[in-house]
Amino acid sequence: MRTPLALGVVSAAILVLPLVVPPYHATLMLPFMAYGVVLLGFNLLFGYTGLVSFGHALFIGIGAYAGAVLTTKLGVRHMELILPVAALAAALAAAPVGALCVRYVKIYFGMLTLAFGMVFYTFLLKFYRLTGGDEGMRMLRPSLFGSEWAGFNKTAYLVGPYYYFSLAVLVVATLVMWRIVGSPFGLCLKTIRDNPLKAESLGVSVPRYRWYAFMISAVYAAVGGALLAPPTGNVDPTLAYWTHSGNVVFMVLLGGFASFFGPLLGAFAFIFLQDTVMSVFPYWRLIFGAILAFIVIVAPGGLMGLFARRGPVEVSRR
Amino acid sequence: MILEAQDLRKRYGAFVALDGISLTVREGEFVSIIGPNGAGKSTLINLLTGVLTPSEGRVRFKGQDIGGIGPVALARLGMARSFQLVQIFPDLTVLETLQAAVVSRLGRGGRLFASLRGDRQVQAEALEVAGLFGLANRAHTPARTLPQGDKKLLDVASAFTLRPEIILLDEPTSGVSTADKHAVMEILVGAARRIGLKAIIQVEHDMDIVFGYSDRIIALHQGRVLADAAPAAIRADARVVDMVIGRGAR
Repeated sequence: MRTPLALGVVSAAILVLPLVVPPYHATLMLPFMAYGVVLLGFNLLFGYTGLVSFGHALFIGIGAYAGAVLTTKLGVRHMELILPVAALAAALAAAPVGALCVRYVKIYFGMLTLAFGMVFYTFLLKFYRLTGGDEGMRMLRPSLFGSEWAGFNKTAYLVGPYYYFSLAVLVVATLVMWRIVGSPFGLCLKTIRDNPLKAESLGVSVPRYRWYAFMISAVYAAVGGALLAPPTGNVDPTLAYWTHSGNVVFMVLLGGFASFFGPLLGAFAFIFLQDTVMSVFPYWRLIFGAILAFIVIVAPGGLMGLFARRGPVEVSRR
Repeated sequence: MILEAQDLRKRYGAFVALDGISLTVREGEFVSIIGPNGAGKSTLINLLTGVLTPSEGRVRFKGQDIGGIGPVALARLGMARSFQLVQIFPDLTVLETLQAAVVSRLGRGGRLFASLRGDRQVQAEALEVAGLFGLANRAHTPARTLPQGDKKLLDVASAFTLRPEIILLDEPTSGVSTADKHAVMEILVGAARRIGLKAIIQVEHDMDIVFGYSDRIIALHQGRVLADAAPAAIRADARVVDMVIGRGAR
């Protein structure tokens, strides 16, 4: 009973937020919603399948660059078109990358994903003519709901139509992911996370399911990546850099990977914590490092783990 | 004849683990494989379940060569197994574990957007097996918090849920207290009958269990079949008693 109630309150708060808080804080919600989508997918791989990717920024980058290329080079401005193209591009890239990576587990899987992420980062950085190199590319303002919102200045556009568009994407992404984790497919992923040997003996093809989960998480990352670009109006190779992948892992740990909503809470906490800490202390990474150490040692279940009844420590030491 | 091994040999470099083993399992049989440590039991299990490919010889299940086909293909063909060291899904409940087996058997794992809760067949079959194994009152207990005996039962129950034609139990009562062993075996054999299993193969150290339930016993020694006979004949075989069972035991 508590979960629907909490969800209702949170949803209502997010809906009215742009109307009651200063625009600056409303714009901070945009990366939260974009990362929320990324993390829902990331946690299908991490929390539900038991694989930690250290290269997820690869797919965030693909999504963001897909939007930039479409708007600046191909003249496609409809966000409703940009998102599926980003998703498709990520799926095409994830198919071979995933097929290779899922043959490995634990640190080897993590390192291999990291390697692919760095390959893509270098591509973005060095193929100047295609990608704009370290300066990146512009991401032109996309049209939403069939309108260009020409009368809106940038802030009004972002805290108005773009805010609600992002929210709609996050809600749909959440509902779809909720469906996936509650499906027979989702159950098969959990068996693989818990005990691959036993899963195989029950006839569950471990590499195949890991591959599916990898592709789905890549698609989510790309959709989230495409959502990240319009608020900044620019995409650059750091989107695909390994520290960005690290942030994704951090957010999930912060929120708690053992819970469905943990990653969303993690994204929210990360964005607002980063904003607060950065404004008072230039060495924000120092603070974040300490927080990460604290979580891993004291609260491995993350923020959600503090509320949950289940023992988070047991989960984390699997 | 449902399972047949012909002149199996398995070498690891210069070491010969199995040195020409032939055996058959027929419909309706409960066959136990016994042997001292190092006799080649584990290698034999791995060959019979398609984990390893024999160096020489063949394993046929329902007439098909299953050398090295792997666990997933084996499960599809209709052979299931349980493990010596109990294998469970620690964070899944009893019911979820059994549901996963039903989902796998029905080939519904690819259903991305279907509701597991709404799948009546999966729910019903999982509940049925839970009842069969006396696990119904623990249906919503996470597997890791089950007592050892129930973990063992769950491991076997999930294999049974695949509705195999034949099942290979690797020390079904290891780790179970002496007092509970017979209860576990009674449940297993009863469930096998209800599900319509065609044959059971077990590897077991406990001679009470071996002699109490087997139709036939195959004794291994140093990679070879020392004896393959009914329990009474095995008990009367001085070599088997000396080398495998031990004088102290019955």
